[in-house]
Amino acid sequence: MDEEYDVVVLGTGLTECILSGLLSVEGKKVLHMDRNDYYGGESASLNLTQLYRKFRPDKAPPTELGRDRDYAVDLVPKFIIASGELTKILVHTDVTRYLEFKQIAGSFVYRDGKISKVPSTEMEAVKSPLMGLFEKRRAKKFFEFLQGWKDEDPATHQGLDLDRDSMKTVYEKFGLEPGTQDFIGHAMALYLDDDYISKPARPTYQRIVLYTSSMARYGKSPYIYPLYGLGELPQSFARLSAIYGGTYMLDKHIDEIVTDSDGKFVGVRSGNETVKAKQVIGDPSYFGAGKEIEGGKLRVVEDGKVVRAICILKHPIPGTDDSDSVQIVIPQNQVNRRNDIYIAMVSSTHKVCATDVYVAIVSTIVETDRPEQEIAPGLQLLGPIYDKFVSVSPLYTPVSSGQADNIFITRSYDATSHFETVVEDVQDVWKRVVGKDLELKKREVEAEP
Amino acid sequence: MSKQFQFKLVLLGESAVGKSSLVLRFVKDQFDDYRESTIGAAFLTQTVTLEDQTMVKFEIWDTAGQERYKSLAPMYYRNANCAVVVYDITQSASLEKARTWIRELQRQADPSIIIALCGNKTDLSARRQVTQEEAKKYAEEEGLMWGETSAKSGEGVSDIFTAIAKKLPLTAAPSSRAGGARGGAPGAARAGVDLNKQSGAQGGPNEACNC
Repeated sequence: MDEEYDVVVLGTGLTECILSGLLSVEGKKVLHMDRNDYYGGESASLNLTQLYRKFRPDKAPPTELGRDRDYAVDLVPKFIIASGELTKILVHTDVTRYLEFKQIAGSFVYRDGKISKVPSTEMEAVKSPLMGLFEKRRAKKFFEFLQGWKDEDPATHQGLDLDRDSMKTVYEKFGLEPGTQDFIGHAMALYLDDDYISKPARPTYQRIVLYTSSMARYGKSPYIYPLYGLGELPQSFARLSAIYGGTYMLDKHIDEIVTDSDGKFVGVRSGNETVKAKQVIGDPSYFGAGKEIEGGKLRVVEDGKVVRAICILKHPIPGTDDSDSVQIVIPQNQVNRRNDIYIAMVSSTHKVCATDVYVAIVSTIVETDRPEQEIAPGLQLLGPIYDKFVSVSPLYTPVSSGQADNIFITRSYDATSHFETVVEDVQDVWKRVVGKDLELKKREVEAEP
Repeated sequence: MSKQFQFKLVLLGESAVGKSSLVLRFVKDQFDDYRESTIGAAFLTQTVTLEDQTMVKFEIWDTAGQERYKSLAPMYYRNANCAVVVYDITQSASLEKARTWIRELQRQADPSIIIALCGNKTDLSARRQVTQEEAKKYAEEEGLMWGETSAKSGEGVSDIFTAIAKKLPLTAAPSSRAGGARGGAPGAARAGVDLNKQSGAQGGPNEACNC
């Protein structure tokens, strides 16, 4: 610990591990530490012992759940969008060689008390119970419009301006019913609330295109998922970092962020050792998140809360054709809420639990002081629940850019169902730390014949 | 046509016992006295051809220094078919460390993993602190393979990898035996989705080496 580093990274969540890997590849001398004795921080996947230790410290895991080592239970319910930004980073950094992916088998949406598959092809749309006959025709015209849109060709615009017209205007132009708008906006564009409707249509257009192109890529759903759980993602980027010279220390208690008289970062103290570095990057938990401020500087603020219920099931979710993995979106309008409820389920196919066990996580943004009750509509869809671990996580966001004091703080994992906002945070922190945009260069790979 | 099998091999052992040098000797037949501790490659591959022309391809994972502060990820052990646990014959403490790693493997890795205990630096036998008898006895007790090597001179290096190749179960279907994310024999169908292929990037799943 007596050496001096370019960057100290605190916490081995996915955001920090991607940054650590990219910085090491760039030639920076990185020291990466975590207070836990496992990788992943808030985005870890835990075995049964770790899961019970975290949520039920006084209880041992029931033996009937099977072997400890068969489990990798995600703490954060997210899937990878097949054509999304995380996929690009995985491919460009070549960490795909450590990982194996499977598709998520289905994407469902809740409507009028039932769940239906989100139609992704014309065939599915024609058969979908989500729309009546005439509505199907209107929806077909809407999707043809989106597919055909070319910025440079006004003939494809049908009189609409994606940058000026709101999504409401676009929906109205095609005469789409509120229920159809619900599944387009929430199950395809994956908006968590309805704020997007009054805003310009382009971001929604881009999200629908991302959804449909991801869907087209592998066929069953727009999502892919790493075998052995999401915790494999930070581990693979940590290995990338280590291969490029990054030093790893787990199980290391961090006592103090040391600053000079101007408040600028000097180093990190653990016990009576202090390691110096030019910059520090870390997750909010290392910078006073959730703690009373005693004379120290306020570095992160709470920006809402997410409630998550990890549910262990002994059966697939009813009504999903016994799918081994699904996403179910419950649009807010359907259950009189402001934010959607999500269900993400994976199973032994993804090597995250024993055979005949299914792990579903129900989550939403907290709106009341009784968060567990808010996810009840999601829990009801699951059938009998063998065991349930509920947590309410505050979402923290840094108060400053870090450029003044060289302290760069990442954001908590939000309520979205995918990693797009995680990558946005990576890009944002990178720009603040390095001073320029993150450009993904294909790593020099000497191919073996 | 000869059969080809692919296995994931992980290296373990204290820092500076010569893990990376051992691999470099095996894979490239090179040695570097002042080797930096990192290797800059995801993993290296080398193929051993047995007497019956069976080809055994090792996908060799180095610790990349993550063992130094007990920070090896579970991913490292995942689907490893064999492990070489290295100690330095001139440092008796390194054999103690090797015992710790072997216990870790028995706890974390697949129960069917084949473990070889390897005493490195026989070129420095004048300074030997670990006798052959002591190491051999321990290996026998634990049911491990054992051998001594010199990454510097090359002595014993290919022998230990060949011995492992002979001991690996070459009966199972190659694709199912292949370690980790990389596909097995060329042409074997991958159960999962291939990100590289779909994105039009260079290199298929079986070109496993970026050394």
